[in-house]
Amino acid sequence: MPHIAIETKNLGKLYQLGERERYYALRDLLTKAALTPFRLLMRKGKSPDVRRYLWALKNVSIQIGQGQIVGIVGRNGAGKSTLLKILSRITRPTEGEARVYGRVASLLELGTGFHYELTGRENIFMNGAVLGMKKAEIERKFDEIVAFAEVEKFIDTPTKHYSTGMYMRLAFAVAAHLEPEILLVDEVLTVGDLAFQKKCLGKMGTVAHQGRTVLFVSHQMNQIRRLCEKCIWLERGQVLKEGPTAEVLADYEAAMAAASEELIERDGAGVKARFLRWELEKPSNGDRHMLADFEPVVVKFLLRVNRPIKMGVHGIGLHDVDGRMLWGTAATNLEFSPGDYELCYELPMLPLKPGPYYWHVSLYDHEGEVDEWHCIPNLVLATEPVTHFWDDFAGILNLSYRFQISPERRYSQETQREA
Amino acid sequence: MKSGSSLQLPFVLIRPSSRWSRHDLQEMWEHRELLYFFVWRDLKIRYKRTVIGAGWAVIQPFFAMVVFSVFFGALAKMPSEGVPYPLFSFAGLLPWMYFANALAGATTAAVQNERIISKVHFPKLFLPAAPVTAGLVDLGVSFLVFMGMMIYYGAPLRMSMLALPLFVLLAALTAFSCGIWLCALNVLFQDVRYAVPFLIQFWLFASPVAYPSSLVPEKWRMLYGLNPMAGVLEGFRWALLGAGQPPGSMVFLSILMVLVVLGSGLLYFRHVEDIFADVV
Repeated sequence: MPHIAIETKNLGKLYQLGERERYYALRDLLTKAALTPFRLLMRKGKSPDVRRYLWALKNVSIQIGQGQIVGIVGRNGAGKSTLLKILSRITRPTEGEARVYGRVASLLELGTGFHYELTGRENIFMNGAVLGMKKAEIERKFDEIVAFAEVEKFIDTPTKHYSTGMYMRLAFAVAAHLEPEILLVDEVLTVGDLAFQKKCLGKMGTVAHQGRTVLFVSHQMNQIRRLCEKCIWLERGQVLKEGPTAEVLADYEAAMAAASEELIERDGAGVKARFLRWELEKPSNGDRHMLADFEPVVVKFLLRVNRPIKMGVHGIGLHDVDGRMLWGTAATNLEFSPGDYELCYELPMLPLKPGPYYWHVSLYDHEGEVDEWHCIPNLVLATEPVTHFWDDFAGILNLSYRFQISPERRYSQETQREA
Repeated sequence: MKSGSSLQLPFVLIRPSSRWSRHDLQEMWEHRELLYFFVWRDLKIRYKRTVIGAGWAVIQPFFAMVVFSVFFGALAKMPSEGVPYPLFSFAGLLPWMYFANALAGATTAAVQNERIISKVHFPKLFLPAAPVTAGLVDLGVSFLVFMGMMIYYGAPLRMSMLALPLFVLLAALTAFSCGIWLCALNVLFQDVRYAVPFLIQFWLFASPVAYPSSLVPEKWRMLYGLNPMAGVLEGFRWALLGAGQPPGSMVFLSILMVLVVLGSGLLYFRHVEDIFADVV
């Protein structure tokens, strides 16, 4: 058994719902005080406390060995960030306790302490200091950080003039040069551009080989697979499963897929016609709404028709989650008699950059709208990105390409002739 | 195989907050450079994008002095302990302006640094401490102007000036003590940010800035000393100009008062510090 780096016993955190947004006004307290006698009179046997509470974390007991890289997975609101916040002492637990052996740095956000009026140089110092680095340590690593961030030319420019990419790179660079014994990382390394993620993950990999412990929250299973030997799956504030990464992730991903399956079957009764569901003909990883390759794609929409449709118009659109339409077309003069139909689209490939998208399908007839549906669940693109590693320069297509450089023949011949 | 159990290693114990726990002095000492960086940032940012920069540190007390001299000095014939009124009021405005700015800065310190509070653990006391410390630079700059005025009015140098650092310290402690109270309250109650400008204005007239404290009837003098700034202002004038009485019971009462506010403020701040991240 290696030395223990982090140990928690029955850790729990109770949040009052909406507490984060709350900002007391004195008036509210006074009003409350004034109304209390009335409320006591009005009370009807039930608890007077109408506020709702939520255990963001409950009975969490884990042990993490020194030098381990441990991934934490779970849905939004499962308690992952709360756990990191308690371990990094930003907030206190409501019950239980935790022991942390060693100097901790928490990376819950990139660029904490950055100020837009300060220059890149000044922000490196500010950010480094906030993350727990000593001044001498920052000075020693300064050149390395600047080189890592690739912002040499702009180092004395206020960061308000930086592009998002530059800003993120600078923030990444400072973070990548932290040398704590225990590093707590939330999601941050998974936003932004790929090459930098790789650079930082590589750095974190070497960090762990030096005996450092890393606790790593991410939604990107590939990163967790690549980095973590062990995984903890949180669900509603509790540890659902804990163990080798492959085992935990297999169960987690199966559960997530099942959850999205049970989501949808629209009810087609009582209307003229209705789209019931959609799916890809060929599932990837058992998921009929996920696309993971550049092969031809067949998309099917199931339409139930209850009463005859004349002069029908059927439209389809593909949108990204910001609502931008990426592709659309329509078919006109359709005739349907009652029954179930499969509307089937064959596409040569869908080279979109990884992420969620949705279909939008509609059906009109001579009397007007029959059905319109923002298809659920989303279409998820899970292909490996092949475009520019900065999102800013990657565009929306994940289009594979060949690139080569060769002498331009005619021009070379001419120059040869002249020579 | 290493047989050492991890229990022997030093560790940080994380537990639910107990009601009144102590400030972690060791941790503050280890993080002391962060305080330096907060102060440094305050100074860097304060006068960026201003045309006259640190000139503002001079303009504020200087013009207040001019206005005071015209209305209280020349028109209202306010007594000034035998010192030219402009000198008299400037000697008061030096610590007063410092105090007012430091107090306002400390009040908003936690709310303004909400992002840092919710992402990193560090000694939160540094937040109100930073503007109180950074303000000393402005005080130094306007002090130079004051020296110029002393030369202009031919005021002599005095031995009592050596005591000035003590009164600067008292002013800083006063601002810090009141600042940590207001800083913590401001996290919980939005009302504080509206109340503070009003409070500072009110406080100005309750302190001997425009007038000497000898104007206050003798029997009320002790009560008056409960205002810690009364002691600071009397001390400044005595040290710089030899005006008024050497520090007596009123100043000691002020010091006592500051210690009470400081002690209670530290306790209250510590209590609220634990829930900062949950409510900011």
